[in-house]
Amino acid sequence: MCGIVGLFLKLPGLEPELGRLTSLMLHEMCDRGPDSAGFAVYSAPQEGVTKICAVAAPGRVDWEATARDLGKVLRADVEHQEIEDHAILKTAGDGEAARGWLIDNVPAATILSQGGSIEIFKGVGDPDAIARRLDLAGFSGTHAIGHTRMATESAVTIAGSHPFSTGSDTCLVHNGSLSNHNRLRELLKKRGERFQTENDTEVAAAYLAWRMKEGDTLKGALEKALDDLDGFYTFVVGTRDGFAVLRDPVACKPAVMAETDDWVAFGSEYRALSALPDVDKARIWEPAPATVYAWGRA
Amino acid sequence: MPQKKRSPKPASGGRNSVLDLAELSLRQINQLLHDTDAGDFLIKNPRGAHSLACGLNAPLTVTIGGHVGYYCAGMNKLATVTIDGNAGTGVAENMMSGRVHVKGDASQSAGATACGGLLIIDGNASARCGISLRGLDIVVKGSVGHMSAFMAQAGNLVVLGDAGDALGDSIYEADLFVRGTVKSLGADCVEKRMRDKHKAALAKLLKASGLAGEVDIGEFKRYGSARRLYNFHIDNLGSY
Repeated sequence: MCGIVGLFLKLPGLEPELGRLTSLMLHEMCDRGPDSAGFAVYSAPQEGVTKICAVAAPGRVDWEATARDLGKVLRADVEHQEIEDHAILKTAGDGEAARGWLIDNVPAATILSQGGSIEIFKGVGDPDAIARRLDLAGFSGTHAIGHTRMATESAVTIAGSHPFSTGSDTCLVHNGSLSNHNRLRELLKKRGERFQTENDTEVAAAYLAWRMKEGDTLKGALEKALDDLDGFYTFVVGTRDGFAVLRDPVACKPAVMAETDDWVAFGSEYRALSALPDVDKARIWEPAPATVYAWGRA
Repeated sequence: MPQKKRSPKPASGGRNSVLDLAELSLRQINQLLHDTDAGDFLIKNPRGAHSLACGLNAPLTVTIGGHVGYYCAGMNKLATVTIDGNAGTGVAENMMSGRVHVKGDASQSAGATACGGLLIIDGNASARCGISLRGLDIVVKGSVGHMSAFMAQAGNLVVLGDAGDALGDSIYEADLFVRGTVKSLGADCVEKRMRDKHKAALAKLLKASGLAGEVDIGEFKRYGSARRLYNFHIDNLGSY
């Protein structure tokens, strides 16, 4: 069992409320996944700036020195900002190269995301406490995805918490378990994807990142995932300007969606959606099995 | 000796009352309903709460004003429960008697393992509706998802819309009436002749669901067990 929430805003009016609404949604899913939690928040990109999010145990990484060293490699300035045990590095340099260098050279850290819009934060323990500590309610942005985890496939660690992200501005959260992730991980490694865990969900994230690098749309990549991923899953996926949901053909893992003129939302259960503005007027439905639901920003 | 009834504790409790989940806890509300032998209740602000109005054992009338979470009206006996919204997983699971009416959609496993009574779903029911059905009658005015009536043993499932994949998979005994299309039949589930007694049973269920005269019984097809799977057959010996 895990809990998933997602909120995609169609209009800018609610953007300052994105973090607050996501934290209310996540709160309702605490008992579905009390061992760890994480969230991805997307906001409008700054021209030419890539953000790299990372997390490390306090005191294990000198982020100032790391930013300096990374800057030399990228031949670009790297700014750094620390939020609790997380660091956000900002640079005009190449994001994918930065992620690769950090994975190779800063083994004490887990690299959570890179891209112009995405920021990912994670923690171990009570999801509400994690959201409070990292001030999820204070975030503004265009869309957000959150996850509360009850671990089954790998250890309870920060690195094993969701969302997972391997490709630029792409992230995925998962309720379920995959059964062919080991073989797929080897294939994706040969295609150049970089992994940091033994977790099945990271493979699904890398699979989508790979498909989209190959030119697939988000919807197209998820349609291929139906053939290539084996196991139980309800996925919620974010990209810079997109939001998508997919359930496996058996659809054991719960899912509820709601949509108004202002927003689209996902919850593992309806109660996660109950605090959203105008939910009483929303169209509410259960996503069908093996069907891709995708939204994008024009 | 008659068992002594505990008196309702919450101040707003009692008969013909409004029970507000914004003010009372789920356990207070369920306890109050268990401690009462008659009356009408309106439960406000359910906001997707799980296990609401479960295990009712008296002829109460309970209306829930909004969407509910998992297992609403589970184990129901005698009571009439109306959900003025959608229901989560396992609505009316293991129900024994009485009537449960979902005015919106129901999520998966609606009426699972239920033994008796009537479950009416005005909208759609998703996967595994009536799984392991043991005597409950279910009327779904919309469509049902895949694996509905899986291993059903007794009772009726009436679907005015369509049925998803593997309807009636591994079915023992139960009658499945579908007006629309069936995407596929599960193992050992076959279309069967609609005899007069089946037409009469269907008419009775439609009437009980408020659909008398609104639906043409001739549009339904009946499905049930071919009885090849659950009887021992010597040719299948190698499979055991």
